[in-house]
Amino acid sequence: MSTVTTDSAIMIRRNFKHTLRNPTTVFNAVLFPVIIMLMFVYLLGDAFSVGVDYVDYATPGMILLAICYGLGATATGVNSDMTKGIINRFKVMDVSRGAVLSGQVIGSIVNNVLAVAAIIGTAFALGFRPSASFVDWLGVAGLVLLVGFSIGWLTVALGLAAKSVETAGLATVPLIMLPFLSTAIVPADKMGPGARQFAEYQPFTPIIETFRGLLFGNLHASDAIAAIAWCAGLAIIGYAWATSTFKKRA
Amino acid sequence: MRSSAIAISGLRKAFGDKVVLDGIDLEVPAGTVFSLLGPNGAGKTTTVNVLTTLMKADGGTIRVAGHDVAGEAKAVRKAIGVTGQFAAVDELLTGRENLQLMADLKRVDRQIVTTLLERFDLVESAQKMTSTYSGGMRRKLDLAMTLVGSPQIIFLDEPTTGLDPRSRRTMWQIIRELVGAGVTIFLTTQYLDEADQLADKVAVLDQGRVVAQGTPAELKRLVPGSHVRLRFTDPRDLDAAVPLFAGATCDEESQTLQIPSDGGTKSLRAVLDRLDEHSLEAEELSVHTPDLDDVFLALTGHASTEETAK
Repeated sequence: MSTVTTDSAIMIRRNFKHTLRNPTTVFNAVLFPVIIMLMFVYLLGDAFSVGVDYVDYATPGMILLAICYGLGATATGVNSDMTKGIINRFKVMDVSRGAVLSGQVIGSIVNNVLAVAAIIGTAFALGFRPSASFVDWLGVAGLVLLVGFSIGWLTVALGLAAKSVETAGLATVPLIMLPFLSTAIVPADKMGPGARQFAEYQPFTPIIETFRGLLFGNLHASDAIAAIAWCAGLAIIGYAWATSTFKKRA
Repeated sequence: MRSSAIAISGLRKAFGDKVVLDGIDLEVPAGTVFSLLGPNGAGKTTTVNVLTTLMKADGGTIRVAGHDVAGEAKAVRKAIGVTGQFAAVDELLTGRENLQLMADLKRVDRQIVTTLLERFDLVESAQKMTSTYSGGMRRKLDLAMTLVGSPQIIFLDEPTTGLDPRSRRTMWQIIRELVGAGVTIFLTTQYLDEADQLADKVAVLDQGRVVAQGTPAELKRLVPGSHVRLRFTDPRDLDAAVPLFAGATCDEESQTLQIPSDGGTKSLRAVLDRLDEHSLEAEELSVHTPDLDDVFLALTGHASTEETAK
């Protein structure tokens, strides 16, 4: 095996151990989105009239919310490595530069997958009835991984750049709030002026609409293209920002 | 002739407008302990960061283990071990797992892990998460992690800051053992006695410049020699004693008299006899040999941080 893959495997193992040692973080990252979902669907769902059963409307957005909510843990984890000098230790050891960060990104994606699985499980329990075929589900899974990857890099960059663990946690709050200002909870045309335009043009809306299209068989190519383009853009920005901060900050 | 483990010439580094290192020249022969001494903010950590490839210098040539730190960073990293100012251990892993991680990353046999745990007296807590470790244990584990892969040159950035006296002595013992095994040590410290205890050569860094370098003995020669200090309770006794000793200086405020002396028993007896002859009695007598604290004061015009902190 090459140096990079061996180093990455070692780093992923390290992150995996962290996850096992710190079950409350995972529990929190999985449980909180489920609670939000229960709140919106079970308690408030009847109050929204969106034309379809509310659980069917809300689930695609909740998938994204589940991904975003886990990012706080990733950012604080990365920041703690940076501020406590562990990253410096790796840097002076000739460990592959990419391995340290990609280990964190992959750890983040694993958490995302767990949280999304919990959300989809809850959705079914609440009466979610998608019409997706096996191939559509593969598309959903692929998009979850793509979103997790691109936002994961952005989060790693936020974590590296933050001054302290506290600010690293705060830096991910906008990412957690963005789904609420998208078409996750209600369609954009039900929002007030300003919020509506924001919701229509922000990156999470096409991502949610793509999930919705895949799950209910009415995918618009324009949404899918916009979703993939946003993910690619965020991944490039996140990767470039993360690697340059990693190199510079000592 | 022994080869140089570290050779620095004209090292400069600035952060924006603030010049942190202003042309530093240092040479550390292989197998010796070199100590960089200086107050907080003198540029010690920046020097270590540049030498260990964490930061790029703005100017100068720096060779570590025979390799240029700018052009051959990879080769430098293979030869060095670094223990930074704060114990960089993974808190969510156990002591053993931390060492295993290092062994895996350096591709050395995991057998070294057990050996190091025993050597650093960490066997009992090997299975505990390091977040439960005391400061001294973390430092020991940190140093043990640095030793995985047997680096030729080890950088220790203030390795004993914040440790209790007992842990400091343990740390010193470990450092001496390493030198015995032929390792080169580059040590930064703000504790003068630490440099005195461990270092073959000391450089005093102040505001980004090396203001003096040499062996601890050479540096001590830079300041006035040893003296006997007498403290009197009665000011009249003090006044009476002043003309009795040539070259004596008197401090009215603390009621003490400083008499130049080589610190030997013979000159000491002469002082005592002289006092007896004149029926004078001193409350307290002490013999002072210059330590690196005096050197520091003399060289930098201000006390070491240890002193100012008091």
